[in-house]
Amino acid sequence: MVPLSWYLLLAAALFAIGLYGFLTRRNMIVMFLCIELMLNGANLNLVALSHYLQDLRGQIFTFFVIAVAAAEAAIGLGIMLALFRNRRSVYSDSITSLKE
Amino acid sequence: MPLYLVLLPLAPLLSFLLTLLSGKWMGSRAHRLPILAASISLGCALAAGWDVAHGVVTDADFYTWITAGDLQVSFGFLVDQLTAAMLIVVTSISLLVHIYSVGYMQGDPSYPRFFAYLSLFTFSMLMLVLGNNFLQLFFGWEAVGLSSYLLIGFWHQKKSAADAGKKAFIVNRFGDFGLSLGIMLVFVTFGTLHYQEVFQAAPGIVGQQFTLLGLTFELPTLIALLLFCGAVGKSAMIPLHVWLPDAMEGPTPVSALIHAATMVTAGVFLVARCNPLFELSSVALNVITVVGAVTCLFAATIALVQTDIKRVVAYSTVSQLSYMFVACGVGAYSAGIFHLFTHAYFKALLFLGCGSVIHAMGGEQDVRSMGGLKKYLPITYWTFLLASLSISGAPGLAGFFSKDEILLMAYTTNIGSGRFAWFIGLVVAFITAFYSFRLFFLTFHGRFRGSTEQRDHLHESPPVMTVPLILLAVGAVTAGWLGSPEILGGHSMWDHFMAPVLGRAEAHVPHFTEWLLMGISVFAGLSGIWLAYHLYVRRPELPGQLRESFSETYRWLVNKYYVDEFYVAVLVQPAINCSRYVLSAFADATLIEGVVNGVPRLIGRASGRLRRLQSGHVQHYLAAMASGAVGLLVWLYLV
Amino acid sequence: MLTLPKILFAYFAVMILGLAGAAVTRRNPVHAVLLVLAMFLHMAGIYLTLGAEFLAAVQMIVYAGAILVLYLFVVFLVDLRREVQSERFVDWHSNSFLVALLLFLALAYGVGRAQVEVPDATAPAGVLHLGVELFTTYLLPFEIAGIVLLVAVVGGMALARRDRAATTAEEEVR
Repeated sequence: MVPLSWYLLLAAALFAIGLYGFLTRRNMIVMFLCIELMLNGANLNLVALSHYLQDLRGQIFTFFVIAVAAAEAAIGLGIMLALFRNRRSVYSDSITSLKE
Repeated sequence: MPLYLVLLPLAPLLSFLLTLLSGKWMGSRAHRLPILAASISLGCALAAGWDVAHGVVTDADFYTWITAGDLQVSFGFLVDQLTAAMLIVVTSISLLVHIYSVGYMQGDPSYPRFFAYLSLFTFSMLMLVLGNNFLQLFFGWEAVGLSSYLLIGFWHQKKSAADAGKKAFIVNRFGDFGLSLGIMLVFVTFGTLHYQEVFQAAPGIVGQQFTLLGLTFELPTLIALLLFCGAVGKSAMIPLHVWLPDAMEGPTPVSALIHAATMVTAGVFLVARCNPLFELSSVALNVITVVGAVTCLFAATIALVQTDIKRVVAYSTVSQLSYMFVACGVGAYSAGIFHLFTHAYFKALLFLGCGSVIHAMGGEQDVRSMGGLKKYLPITYWTFLLASLSISGAPGLAGFFSKDEILLMAYTTNIGSGRFAWFIGLVVAFITAFYSFRLFFLTFHGRFRGSTEQRDHLHESPPVMTVPLILLAVGAVTAGWLGSPEILGGHSMWDHFMAPVLGRAEAHVPHFTEWLLMGISVFAGLSGIWLAYHLYVRRPELPGQLRESFSETYRWLVNKYYVDEFYVAVLVQPAINCSRYVLSAFADATLIEGVVNGVPRLIGRASGRLRRLQSGHVQHYLAAMASGAVGLLVWLYLV
Repeated sequence: MLTLPKILFAYFAVMILGLAGAAVTRRNPVHAVLLVLAMFLHMAGIYLTLGAEFLAAVQMIVYAGAILVLYLFVVFLVDLRREVQSERFVDWHSNSFLVALLLFLALAYGVGRAQVEVPDATAPAGVLHLGVELFTTYLLPFEIAGIVLLVAVVGGMALARRDRAATTAEEEVR
């Protein structure tokens, strides 16, 4: 039997890798991909706990997370395309309109 | 809850709003709605009185207004014997004054506004009286203050009227400050503001101390005195009496309604309502008695020499209110409220009579220009005579019964200052009779001293004004019969009626003593009348000689003991100087300007640095967020 | 003691971390997406070791099958040639590494400290019960999730669609 903490540590590591990628990559599409990594880290947490606590709610929650992730990907990539059309760039350091 | 209780305050409120909104359009018909509303209120008040007389006491919350932690404030109605009596006084006088004003205010450019304010006042006063908790009382208290301010300054084009309104408002602030502190202390002590809950728990606080700023107070005494502060302001006791005489700048019907019959008696009502609290502190009761007695003498002596017809009556009001406080101070709340009840009728009658005279004289208020008005104003003359007799305590009239009961109670009480108050009360009974009849003789007897123009203008007032006078005269004669004592063949009905709320202070004296005391006070009153007759009708040259020989005393009296001047010198002028030299020159120009200009400069400098944080790079923001999350986790582990 | 579940977990864990680490450091976005695709398949595997067969299927079908294909399309749409030549990382990446490391350490400390009480009784598991739960207790959220997806489809189209009228108007303004 694998201890629960192993799964949780794996999830934390995955989440940290995703965070690192999001913070460092210039390409916004890859940044989005890193968000998916972080989501997977969170999902792994939920599923692992669901298994060890004998409670189906964790799996159901994960199911909804996946559904929302799909929606998020559709919208996010749509925004990305619109951005690329307007700016001819998908680099995060060239888009600083939040400053204005 | 019976429907009439809701209708009672609602009718004047609606009438206020509608009259105010439709004033332009209603014009000279604007009195219709307020009079209808006042009639509805009177009907409802009578219904409430009927129910109470048959033993139905209502105490019900109507609507929860504020809920904040332990503080629960509701609009609720408490209708018991005390409330019923107040309701009948307020609504009946209010209705008569409404009707009277139709004649008195005719042709005034702001006719609708006047009636709207009258309705507002009626509503506020009813809310004050009906409330079943302290905060609703405070609401009504402030609302009557507001309507009093609006009505004193009704002719706001006149500077003296506007100033008088402001003065009334500001002087009342002092009293209301004390009252609000008292209410807060009640809440802190009892955890509730409902009368019944507070009064039930009241005996439990005897002997408790309250420490504030290193000073220790007896808790019951502190609460009672703070509440009494409010009463002092509203009922114009020393030292806050200065606003009431100036309030006479308002239209005369207002003086009759607000500054004689109803609003100024709110202080007495407050003390009577809270009698379970006041009973706990003999210090507070003594303070009330002494303040009452001193004010009584003080105001009566000033009234001796005033020449403005309304001011004489105003000082007389102050002095009569003091009688009520003396009664409350010696524990005879029922007698105090009884005097409130009778006083409302004869004093409103006096004021409305004055109004009728002023109306006939074309606005002249100085008695030195009057005289011999008897044959021009017969109805006013006879009703005024009845009112003067009533206030002087002529046997059989309303004032006789109530004043006599107060004096009896003061004499027999075990409150320390009772005898002192009795003696003062007796002296004032004499003075009251004297100045009332001085005013009466100067106005209606002798020869006319005004201009010929005024003489040609003299006329009796229209029926719309004289009918209220006659009705009030009936009240001024008969109101006292409700409380005629047992030795005169009555049944002390009033005391029995009030006993459930106000307790029953029995005077344990032999009948002989009771007769003797009654005889002394009647003698005092009658000798006052005789002296006034002697000085102003038989020997009219005597007052002038007296004035010469006691010129110093006269100067003090005419200038009202220089209290106003004292306040100007001690309070007003320093306040103005402080504003001019300290607040304006230093605090405003240096301190506030400095802060106002300095803060933006500081912010500008700081934000110049902060601005660099806002790079526009999403990743910077997210890095900050992740660091925050790390910080939160660390904090979570450490705590 | 080395048992089969532990060996399986070790395999999946190493693969997931390796693939994820490679994905976030590759220069070419197409490679990154493909690495993440492989990683997602291993995630499905680890779900299987946790008895979540349905989620493993969903992971493969939705994540690996649908979402990542969408990513690939978008990556192809943008300018790839310049992408492979330009700098991968923003110029403050060392600080970011520190932040991510600290977060991992904080989380790991939390995991180490946490004491999870594992119940003895085995609750009903499996796809059957998951389905029953989803369509009874969680019916309303399930329907709402459907609406969210519908909105996302419409929104994605509205955003990505080339609006000729709007573009020409913008150009005129310029």
